[in-house]
Amino acid sequence: MTQVQKVERVAVRFAGDSGDGMQLTGDRFTADTAVVGSDFATLPNYPAEIRAPAGTLNGVSSFQVQFADYDIRTPGELVDVLVAMNPAALKSNLKDLAPGGTIIVDSGDFTNRNLTRVGYTSNPIEDGSLSSYAVHALDLTGAAVAAVTPFGLNRKDASRTKNMYALGLVTWLFSRSPEGTLEFLATKFAKKPHLRDANVAAFNAGYNFGETAELFAVRYEVGPAPLPPGTYRQISGNKAIALGLVAGAVQAKLPLFLGAYPITPASDVLHELSTFKNQGVITFQCEDEIAAIGSALGASYAGSLGTTVTSGPGLALKMETLGLAVMLELPLVVVDVQRAGPSTGMPTKTEQADLLQALYGRHGEAPIPVLAAQSPTDCFAITVEAAKIAVEYRTPVIVLSDGYLANGAEPMLVPSVEDLPAIETNFATEPNGPDGTFLPYLRDAKGARPLAVPGTPGLEHRIGGIEKADRTGNISYDPANHDWMVRQRQAKIDGIAAHIPDVVVDDPSGEARLLVVSWGSSFGPVSGAARRVRRTGRKVAHVHLRHLNPFPANLGEILKSYDKVIVPEMNLGQLAFVLRAKYLVDAESYARVRGLPISITELSGDLMDALDHLEA
Amino acid sequence: MTTTTGLGRVPLSLTPLNRKDYTSDQEVRWCPGCGDFAILAAFQGLMPTLGIKRENTVIVSGIGCSSRFPYYMDVYGMHSIHGRAPAIATGVAIAREDLNVWVVSGDGDALSIGGNHLIHALRRNVNITIMLFNNRIYGLTKGQYSPTSEAGKVTKSTPTGSIDTPFNPLSVALGAEASFVARTVDSDRQHLSEVLTAAVAHRGASLVEIYQNCPIFNDGAFDEVKGAEPGVIPLVHGQPIVFGDKCVVRDADGDLRVADLAEVGVEAAIVHDAHRPDPSLAFALSRLTDQGKIRQAPIGIFRDVDRPAYDDLVRSQVSVPDDRAAALQALLTGPETWTVA
Repeated sequence: MTQVQKVERVAVRFAGDSGDGMQLTGDRFTADTAVVGSDFATLPNYPAEIRAPAGTLNGVSSFQVQFADYDIRTPGELVDVLVAMNPAALKSNLKDLAPGGTIIVDSGDFTNRNLTRVGYTSNPIEDGSLSSYAVHALDLTGAAVAAVTPFGLNRKDASRTKNMYALGLVTWLFSRSPEGTLEFLATKFAKKPHLRDANVAAFNAGYNFGETAELFAVRYEVGPAPLPPGTYRQISGNKAIALGLVAGAVQAKLPLFLGAYPITPASDVLHELSTFKNQGVITFQCEDEIAAIGSALGASYAGSLGTTVTSGPGLALKMETLGLAVMLELPLVVVDVQRAGPSTGMPTKTEQADLLQALYGRHGEAPIPVLAAQSPTDCFAITVEAAKIAVEYRTPVIVLSDGYLANGAEPMLVPSVEDLPAIETNFATEPNGPDGTFLPYLRDAKGARPLAVPGTPGLEHRIGGIEKADRTGNISYDPANHDWMVRQRQAKIDGIAAHIPDVVVDDPSGEARLLVVSWGSSFGPVSGAARRVRRTGRKVAHVHLRHLNPFPANLGEILKSYDKVIVPEMNLGQLAFVLRAKYLVDAESYARVRGLPISITELSGDLMDALDHLEA
Repeated sequence: MTTTTGLGRVPLSLTPLNRKDYTSDQEVRWCPGCGDFAILAAFQGLMPTLGIKRENTVIVSGIGCSSRFPYYMDVYGMHSIHGRAPAIATGVAIAREDLNVWVVSGDGDALSIGGNHLIHALRRNVNITIMLFNNRIYGLTKGQYSPTSEAGKVTKSTPTGSIDTPFNPLSVALGAEASFVARTVDSDRQHLSEVLTAAVAHRGASLVEIYQNCPIFNDGAFDEVKGAEPGVIPLVHGQPIVFGDKCVVRDADGDLRVADLAEVGVEAAIVHDAHRPDPSLAFALSRLTDQGKIRQAPIGIFRDVDRPAYDDLVRSQVSVPDDRAAALQALLTGPETWTVA
């Protein structure tokens, strides 16, 4: 009987050809992880090409999930178990396997032809090059095909069940119940009983193989994490943004309008929202990025919550309309799911290099609030907050997410609608000027202007991109008026700082001299690195920014109270640049632009070096 | 889906309105003699006749001389950015079926920088009415050639003559699947009002090209197709296309041609049919417009056919739950959950 060993944390990666169903396999395995109650984080990685040539390194698609009996922040760097469905998957993923890690390979795919195609001159399963790992070479394809023989599938369909065979085996290896996947298959293939039965047979065969073959010395078990009690669901960043947009509209009691043009990695937000038609959500797939924001602005003008989602190149195209939105002072939520740029760059890889574009990418003095999500779950809260700021301050708001958050998933405590912030539209319904006139640019205490939506009798008025006279909104080329209006628009955005929470420094000892500042998705790796440094007994403080414009009011004071400030970012130092300019602190940039999240191992080592230097 | 008119879902005014109700307090700042004045006057006269509530009209414009139009109308108006008015108006129209949505644009705004938005608004058949003021020149930037300027035109940016082939705006619109396409001229107030009335009554996207004189940079560009001039080819649905001593006939090869009545006889003149589902007649008629200096051009409604409006179709797929908070909670909870005790 195989032993069951309890472990705190495991990272598993499923890798195969992009047609091998690795994303589905990973999703399914993650769903079972959730049922156990472990904390988890996932990282899908797939090629930009839809179907790169089969069996090539370029065509490898993978899905990584890390799960633990404690609260984890990232999908992990090194994996403990690698499932490789072909030689290309083994070759391109081996570097990420922890020393002594477990490899399960589909030996049926390790033919001379497939080996040669990816540059292996000998078979790594047989030539001893994998001797430092625990290798299980199994003919997954052959076993799956044999298991599904009774169902009369053609050879191709039969061999496609190999992912379920592998999943069955890994399900057994991690002491999981097979029930979840069996239910899933029954639902997924409800209308195709022969495929359902074949996939169930392949899955069961894999599971039973683990149970009976005694090839594995131990099975692993990762217990539940001590998460706060409540009802949980799995969520990716893009799905959380979609939900956040709906929630923002519901809280504001406005219809939701999304204008969008397909772009990786933001398109899933459009896809998700387009399934919410019974929630009153209107999605409009436009002719281009400019029409996407233009239509959203038109919808906002007409009394909806206008929103648009895009990635870096699309944000660049939207900039002129963002300038108009600043001038019109209309609510608008613009989500930028950042990817590696410039230009097409690496569309399926992550980056944080749109920060300066979001902050400063417009013509003229055009301040816009900028928020950034720190995790897939936070994509929800940050989007709701963006909607609140947009509506209550009459301003476009940019939300920054990125490819790492967009596709990565983690458990989310299901938010209660009752706990969501109220959003006040306060639409104008009565004249506010002398003699029953309407002054569309008469500001309230926080600098927001009255909004009268078309259809409101007596408040007919004109707005436009031309500079407006204070209060009346009439065309004005008066120099002093322009100076005044520029400052009014700036003051309105700056004033938001009074209504966002102060940042809290994570410094358990309270004695750290080194401060690490992060923003956006770097929260996971940076907080992980800080934790790792502290485990060695050393002291490091961490502050994470979700508000990039305006910054939290207490940020300057915090920055100035540390001897050294390091800013890790997936760009060439954009936040560091802004912090230096704004607060005159010697913030040091720690820049990594590889299209991948910052490495916890590398960063924690470098932070230790910085501490050595500081304390020397 | 029930077909209704373009204004079928816009609330009616309880009290009669007049042109003064529609006139804003802003000083009109076009050049003396500009054709835009005549169009504005006709429009201000037309609006009260529609019988709808004043607050339910929205005019969106882009950039250019024509795009100052919204400031002079006392309705809801947005002077937006260059070329983007059809996209913004599309958002307005999708969001609100109870609004009478207009786009005011020019030849540069609609056909150059905003060409993409124009063709897609027409193809989708969004319920908006687009007035395209065509003066065949860039006026606001002080006199460069536009996408409708004739080849060879000498302007500030083409001192040796333009080498661009011009767009025929109506051919473009018809090629983009437009369901309502018409042309009128700034100086013929009655015709202008009739065409705009038909355009706004059409449910779906209506494109009305208005030949508009720019007295500063392109004066007299349309003199030969104004009023009773012999260059006007009048298009009246159900009527033979006859003008002066000429008519439009179809040749054996299918092409349309202007012929002498005396030569072919009135029975040879083709009868205009604006409601033909197939756009080829309207397209062929649009090609009778001179490409160079305009000496002859058809004026009237080229095409007016029923086709579902995009915004109506969008709304037909969407439903708002009775209890939005409860529906949101179900959405947030999602299909698969687990409990941590």
